[in-house]
Amino acid sequence: MKEKTYIEDIDESIYDFRFKEDEEDVLGRGIGSDLIDEISKEKGDPEWMRQFRQRSLEIFHKTHMPNWGPSIESLDMDRIITYIRPKARMKNKWEDVPEDVKQTFERLGIPQAERESLSGVGAQYDSEIVYHNLRAEVEKQGVVYTDLETAMRDEKYSEMIKKHFMKLIPPTDHKFAALHGAVWSGGSFVYVPEGVKVEIPLQSYFRLNAESAGQFEHTLIIIGKNSYLHFIEGCSAPKYYAASLHAGCVELYVGENATLRYSTIENWSKNMYNLNSKRALVEKAGKIEWISGSFGSHISYLYPTSVLNGEGSSSEFTGITFSGNGQDLDTGAKVIHNAPNTTSYMNTRSISKSGGVNTFRSEVIVKPQAKGSKSSVSCASLMLDSISRSDTIPVMDIRTKDADIGHEAKIGRISDEAVFYLMTRGLSEEEAKALIVSGFCENVSKELPVEYAVEMNNLIRMEMVGSIG
Amino acid sequence: MSSILELKNLHVSVGEKEILKGIDLEIKAGETHVLMGPNGAGKSTLGHAIMNDPRYEITEGKLFFEGENITEEDTDKRAKRGIFLTFQDPVPVPGISLGSFTRSALEQGGEKHIKLWDFAKKCKEVCGLLNMDKSYIDRDLNVGFSGGEKKKAEIFQLLMLNPKLAILDETDSGLDVDAVKTVSKGVEEYQKNGGTLLIITHSTRILDNLNVDKTHILIDGKIVESGSSCLIAKINQNGFEEYCKEE
Repeated sequence: MKEKTYIEDIDESIYDFRFKEDEEDVLGRGIGSDLIDEISKEKGDPEWMRQFRQRSLEIFHKTHMPNWGPSIESLDMDRIITYIRPKARMKNKWEDVPEDVKQTFERLGIPQAERESLSGVGAQYDSEIVYHNLRAEVEKQGVVYTDLETAMRDEKYSEMIKKHFMKLIPPTDHKFAALHGAVWSGGSFVYVPEGVKVEIPLQSYFRLNAESAGQFEHTLIIIGKNSYLHFIEGCSAPKYYAASLHAGCVELYVGENATLRYSTIENWSKNMYNLNSKRALVEKAGKIEWISGSFGSHISYLYPTSVLNGEGSSSEFTGITFSGNGQDLDTGAKVIHNAPNTTSYMNTRSISKSGGVNTFRSEVIVKPQAKGSKSSVSCASLMLDSISRSDTIPVMDIRTKDADIGHEAKIGRISDEAVFYLMTRGLSEEEAKALIVSGFCENVSKELPVEYAVEMNNLIRMEMVGSIG
Repeated sequence: MSSILELKNLHVSVGEKEILKGIDLEIKAGETHVLMGPNGAGKSTLGHAIMNDPRYEITEGKLFFEGENITEEDTDKRAKRGIFLTFQDPVPVPGISLGSFTRSALEQGGEKHIKLWDFAKKCKEVCGLLNMDKSYIDRDLNVGFSGGEKKKAEIFQLLMLNPKLAILDETDSGLDVDAVKTVSKGVEEYQKNGGTLLIITHSTRILDNLNVDKTHILIDGKIVESGSSCLIAKINQNGFEEYCKEE
């Protein structure tokens, strides 16, 4: 059995977890506090973090599975436990990496060493040099860009981290936030001091291959008053984990009059349950700009949330979701207008083909005190065939009369006439469809740095190949 | 002169309904043919069937391009051979500019890599000829274009791609007098460069400045008369009535 090969060299004693409490809670019953302690010890957690993990674990066991979205019943928690174990990490085998993932590596031209790293196969790709140069550059401005685990052990930042870590997304938020709190590992920490404008985008891509990069990574970004940062996370190369669960957390704190642009293109392998949580807290006159591309995964739950906490703060969300055969992607965005004169803007595209399912949820909450606020939601869905599906579920909870709210949703199919038209100019059917789809996604790709836009277009082309048939 | 397009006993249906009932037509390289007929005669069907529009089915007969049987060939293959069809109402494609689309179409047509400079230069020339503002090039293909702008954009692509055979489907319909002149100027330019034309129309304004070699009258799915450009004047005078009566 393949599963056995993953664990054969692991110390037997780690398996002696206790089955405890909650008979109902079949899922994850195997995660015991001794396992969490093991993780804490391995990572050299400070005491507060050790306790935090234990508390999160308790919450995890008490919290029910979400029951309102795509089914995640088939999530194999036992496999996940195997991979949570510190020593089991990076123990995938290259032979076991699915063929489609390998093909995508091939087409994106990713070096073998990096491919193995992206697949969680032992070898670590050494991108530290690039990373160091980048870090040295921004350090001059007083910017801290490091991995969260290291920062947490550094007394200069430990208080700041303790103050912000999982305060925006508390473990009580949902079952997988709790799991994240218990087993999180790796991720980035960025701190931009007051008044500092970071000219070059910081890209976690370079760091993706570090040992810490994983399926429970935590990103914590804090930017001070009047500062600017563009942070790019993830990459279009598919990430593959045999454990098939990704439950990361992204917490963004945007200071007064500061702007944070957070771009991400995720491309999970098609066995993946992507249950990711992202949230931003925006102070007075601050701005959060989300650019989000979701590709891959079997099931996704992803709704980046902006909490507009200070007067005149704003959020902009630009997103794209592409679901194909066997994929059920439940994505969207949420905004909480918590102060007067706040503005939010959502513009999303979703594409489904070959039986893929897309659900777009938007939620706009305007609190009574958020007078003079504006919100505009626009979402468009494109279905490439008659077996695919697309749903839009808007929620609006407006508690003041003094607000300007707009919502627009469009759902359409790719038209045969358009395909024929493009074909009369010499494009093949596949090329014609790919062109229509990349045109449809242009609102997102134009927001991305050129190299990412190109990669995204490549991804769309790749997803389109074989969709005709 | 060698034959560019040849239709032999072409029957075309939409669903159960037969639209074209046996068309024979031969167009030689460099010739300009005009296909006229009243509404509903099947003129556009003919243009679209030549391009293998999936809405139409060829039930009988054959289609030859430069002597090769292309009856079963895909639309894009036909385009690559050098057949071009303008649309009456070209489809908007958001997110793709007219310029970048034309460029990728050129690359499909076998021109391996077009230098950006040469391409821009040619765009400018063609825009000048068609009284098109250069900003068109960066606008999304047919998105928010007026009727006249759409037609011009089609002729723009015709001149940029310079195909062997152009089928113009009602390119003059819905245009004001000035726009017809501009479009006609573009077609004239294509003709001057040695292009072969099949012009589908039910009016004759676009033909005023063009040399026409042959005219065909299509009534109810059949070509009822073929002749020289003199036929055009006759139609202008009497309309299609006399043909319809014969039916």
